[in-house]
Amino acid sequence: MNSPQTASAAALKEWPLWEVFVRSKQGLEHKHCGSLHAADAAQALVMARDVYTRRQEGVSIWVVPSKAITASQPDDKAELFDPAADKIYRHPTFYDIPNEVGHM
Amino acid sequence: MDAAVVQTVRAPSAYLLHLADNALVLGQRNAQWCGHGPILEEDLAQANISLDLIGQARLLYALVASRAGDGSTEDDYAYFRDATAFGNYTLLELPQYGPLVGHAHADMDYAITITRNFLYSALMAPLWQQLAQCADADLAAIAAKSLKETTYHLRHSRDWLVKLGDGTETSHARMQAALNHLWPYTREFWTETALEQQLQAAGVSLNWHDLAEDFQALVDEGLAQSTLRLPVQEPGYTSQGKQGIHSEHLTYLLTDLQSVARAHPGAQW
Repeated sequence: MNSPQTASAAALKEWPLWEVFVRSKQGLEHKHCGSLHAADAAQALVMARDVYTRRQEGVSIWVVPSKAITASQPDDKAELFDPAADKIYRHPTFYDIPNEVGHM
Repeated sequence: MDAAVVQTVRAPSAYLLHLADNALVLGQRNAQWCGHGPILEEDLAQANISLDLIGQARLLYALVASRAGDGSTEDDYAYFRDATAFGNYTLLELPQYGPLVGHAHADMDYAITITRNFLYSALMAPLWQQLAQCADADLAAIAAKSLKETTYHLRHSRDWLVKLGDGTETSHARMQAALNHLWPYTREFWTETALEQQLQAAGVSLNWHDLAEDFQALVDEGLAQSTLRLPVQEPGYTSQGKQGIHSEHLTYLLTDLQSVARAHPGAQW
């Protein structure tokens, strides 16, 4: 017979992985804060509440199936990101911002 | 303003202690999962629920202490009363295992935890709702705060009730066994004792008929989704925890809870 430990480990393997995004009180956007295993979306939301918002971190939670995320490959790093390194003129740091505009 | 109209309504201390003891004892029970949860997320969930319950108990003990006006504090009620002075329902002091302990290969059965939290939350959600409207303003404020927490506890336990009840053959059998074991203890919710009579006499009137209907509706809905069935109610012993007549389990639980405070009375962090 399975011990409780191996039984729960097996359950975790069967449960899909979810990425958790939390929006804080001050924040305008949801930020990625971690991932967890859950049987379905509703359960993932409840678990995310218990794991990631118990210190009043959030006012809104998104959970997204990890498999729905298409990620760039670490091997492609050179061709994707390095070409931007020597093009500082793409940062708008060469303009004087008129005072009337205020903080940007 | 007419002086006769502003008579202050105060729920009897015995009733406030009953509510507080319910929360403290179940909070202590659920806290036994801390570090032992079946998965990390549930470990945290039970700890969160425990902290909510202990928070409710503290507010109620503090209210009783301030009304007693004898210099007592919340700690005196939590740590320095013996089991016979506790007025919690027997349901809440029972250990985390039921008749399937041999089968479960552990002395902690999550089926018991989930089923008990579900039954207690299904009672407390409509009860806090009624108390939030009651004539005792302090109690009403505590009830309004507790209702939000209890609504979440109900959602959490109902979700797992459905998942495990309508899960595998094994999980279904364990949930049904837990329900069969715990259900008879809910009879105590509905026995009328001096506690309910004193409450009524003090001017805090609860609608017990509505409460029983709301409770049954929540239970029926959860069980229907879970494919679980209520056991046939046979006439038999009705537990009397709210009158201070407890199972032996409460003494062990309180010893655990109270030992440090009693070994070092008045100690400060």
